Amino acid sequence: MKEPAPGGHLKYDLAFQKIATGMGLLVVVLVAGIFVTLVIESWPSIKAFGLRFLWTTTWDPVSLQFGALPFLVGTLITSFLALIIAAPFALAGAIFLGEIAPPRYANPVSFVIELLAGIPSVIYGLWALFYLVPLVRWFEMKIGAPPFGLGLFTASLVLAIMILPYALSVARDVIRLVPDDLKEAAYGLGATRWETIRHVILPYARSGIFAGIVLALGRALGETMAVTMVIGNRSAMPQSLWDLANTMASVIANEFTEATEDVHLAALVEIGLLLFIITVIVNLLARIIIIRLKVK
Amino acid sequence: MTGETYPTHEKRRGFKNKVIIGVIVILALLPAIPLFLILINILKEGLRALSPGFLFHLPKPPGEEGGGISNALVGTFFIVGLSVIIGVPISILAGVYLSEYGKDSKLAEVIRISADVLQGVPSIVIGIVAYAWVVRPMGHFSALSGSVALALMMIPVVVRTTEEVLRLVPDILREASLALGVPYWRTVLKVVLPTGMVGVTTGILIAVARIAGETAPLLFTAFGNQFMTWNPMEPMNALPLVIFNYATSPYEDWWRQAWGAAVVLTFMVLGLNVLSRLLARRIAGEK
Amino acid sequence: METLPIIFRTEDLCAYYGDFMAIKHVTISIPEKQVTAIMGPSGCGKTTFIRCLNRLHELTPGARISGKIFLRDEDILKLDPIVVRRKVGMVFQRPNPFPTMTIYENVLAGYKLLGIKIPRQVADFIVEEALRKAALWDEVKDILHRRGTFLSGGQQQRLCIARALAVKPEVLLMDEPTSALDPKATLQIENLIVELKETVTIVIVTHNMPQAGRISDYTAFFYLGELVEFGPTAEVFTNPKDPRTEEYLTGKFS
Repeated sequence: MKEPAPGGHLKYDLAFQKIATGMGLLVVVLVAGIFVTLVIESWPSIKAFGLRFLWTTTWDPVSLQFGALPFLVGTLITSFLALIIAAPFALAGAIFLGEIAPPRYANPVSFVIELLAGIPSVIYGLWALFYLVPLVRWFEMKIGAPPFGLGLFTASLVLAIMILPYALSVARDVIRLVPDDLKEAAYGLGATRWETIRHVILPYARSGIFAGIVLALGRALGETMAVTMVIGNRSAMPQSLWDLANTMASVIANEFTEATEDVHLAALVEIGLLLFIITVIVNLLARIIIIRLKVK
Repeated sequence: MTGETYPTHEKRRGFKNKVIIGVIVILALLPAIPLFLILINILKEGLRALSPGFLFHLPKPPGEEGGGISNALVGTFFIVGLSVIIGVPISILAGVYLSEYGKDSKLAEVIRISADVLQGVPSIVIGIVAYAWVVRPMGHFSALSGSVALALMMIPVVVRTTEEVLRLVPDILREASLALGVPYWRTVLKVVLPTGMVGVTTGILIAVARIAGETAPLLFTAFGNQFMTWNPMEPMNALPLVIFNYATSPYEDWWRQAWGAAVVLTFMVLGLNVLSRLLARRIAGEK
Repeated sequence: METLPIIFRTEDLCAYYGDFMAIKHVTISIPEKQVTAIMGPSGCGKTTFIRCLNRLHELTPGARISGKIFLRDEDILKLDPIVVRRKVGMVFQRPNPFPTMTIYENVLAGYKLLGIKIPRQVADFIVEEALRKAALWDEVKDILHRRGTFLSGGQQQRLCIARALAVKPEVLLMDEPTSALDPKATLQIENLIVELKETVTIVIVTHNMPQAGRISDYTAFFYLGELVEFGPTAEVFTNPKDPRTEEYLTGKFS
């Protein structure tokens, strides 16, 4: 029976460590590569329009004049509107599932919600196209707005529905973590349920809930498919909430394969670059909040 | 000798409590309606489209009878499978690095932050990058470029779960192996990784469930294909692409098929999610 | 002291964790095929000491060793650690059978993990021999293909002993092997140790004085990283030469 050769393993030990380290480094290289690629591919546009790109409202593939403002506006409006719509429901749901409902019911419901969060965006878009759009159109007719059905408002609604399960799960997890003895101290002093929630649970969970909101915002900003399908694909400054529009993500999805001119493509990539930078900042922000949370 | 007693307004507080809690419960339950409706609609519309041939036929031009999603089904499995082959080895090794070698070093921290950043990159941007890295040099769309895009999206998830799982493997097992004279690299491969295998697999399942439903990264990489192909160098169809293309077309027949594809995709993704959560529970139960 | 053959001899052994000196200039000669107990209060360095003997100590980040450790005639600090660990086995405080392996595979782990191929009959023989030596064969011979984690604590520890014995080490280091076990299992292991010394030298760290008294032939007493006293157990226990040893034995500190 052969005994292992002494010393022979050293080179394998080193090789294995090098390979594993290399793969770890690859992750960093990939991220850097993504950024570099975005810059390189958008360079023709950066060169042509410079900083003006950020506040120009013209987007004309014919005269090859491009500006990102319509899409920045579209993205920001839909994302923040979605957050505003979803937040009360997410918070209420989180309080309900994390604190009020008994675990026997809360756990299966939470399970279902997490499953819902996994439904692909394009399917939400499909549903919105055939069920939400007619509803919004009916509503718009009722209030005298242009009855497109598609548009900023519909996109915000769909976005709200999509980020709801996500924001709810994060907030609920944080609320669950509030230590029992703090709550019991409050009840012991004669506080009502709501008072305990308001003065003990929510303050304790505040940063976690905030982080959840920021994370949900990050998700909303990058959301593509559902928004693309209901926002109406109009690459101009939206004049009202009911207007057809485009977000940064949806204009890329809509125009990328049709763009024949280099500058057009580069402008789209530049929008991708902007989107990348914004979402990275938002996600890093959430990370910092979470780290501060853990330190507490 | 007691101090002053202050009024505690029990009745008023009790009433306020009931009202506010009631509002909370209503707000909490309200979203259940649209979410529930969505599921029901998907089922209702989708099942209508599911004729026996649907899963086995190739797409037909709008209006012609008998169109199906066979190539899209194959395409989804193929593209996702290829992305697993590309992404999983890299991710597991990177996770091994973080858990076994890097630990708390600066490099490890940089890698973790990079993985987090990568996870937050919007899927459409990943599509742009895969277009620049693979489609452009090749000169045409391909399933391979789609798989590269999806692999990029898998990597952060699998890296993070692998690191977490391996960190949980008790040091005492590593020491037992080393004390037997087993070199470290073999200890990692034959003791640490196998011990954490269930957790690592769960992470992979979660990642696969995520990418199986992604459309944006495929829009200008795999692009879609009317015909059946098994060639990674050719553009390939996929379920999410069918849904998007058909739903945004003007043809009712195609809308019906979009719902059919949606039902199939939903079941796939939900199935994977349920499976991964059951596995995760089993691990948690064993601890 | 009669001259017994010495298997382990350290010269001016020092072990560090960063700047902290955990083992201070220890020179000791451990007799072959005897049971040597390493005792002392918490933090005295006894675990650090035996982890130097199989070069596990240096795996801790920032750890260092200086001095010499002779296994028979070779300075193990100059050898490949992997080779050292084949000759000096270890059993740990908590039983740690590999959870993904069967009992059979656990015993053979010292070969399987290294990719050494063994014909089936030889493998069967090694497994049976090791399990018999560990007084576990009768209890597990019919369930060799079940996971090791299904056994009781005492059985798991004996499995770990069998696993260590299967690679035929010359010395078996044991780090408080019974501290996580119930009294009945503890007794079984103690009886086992007394039997095992005929084939392997045993160096056992223990904080359990009666246990050391029962099973060890020689005792080394450590205090704050120094070797304070070493000799036949009977002498050290009844006639300690150093006041610190006496204080420890009479329970003044633990």
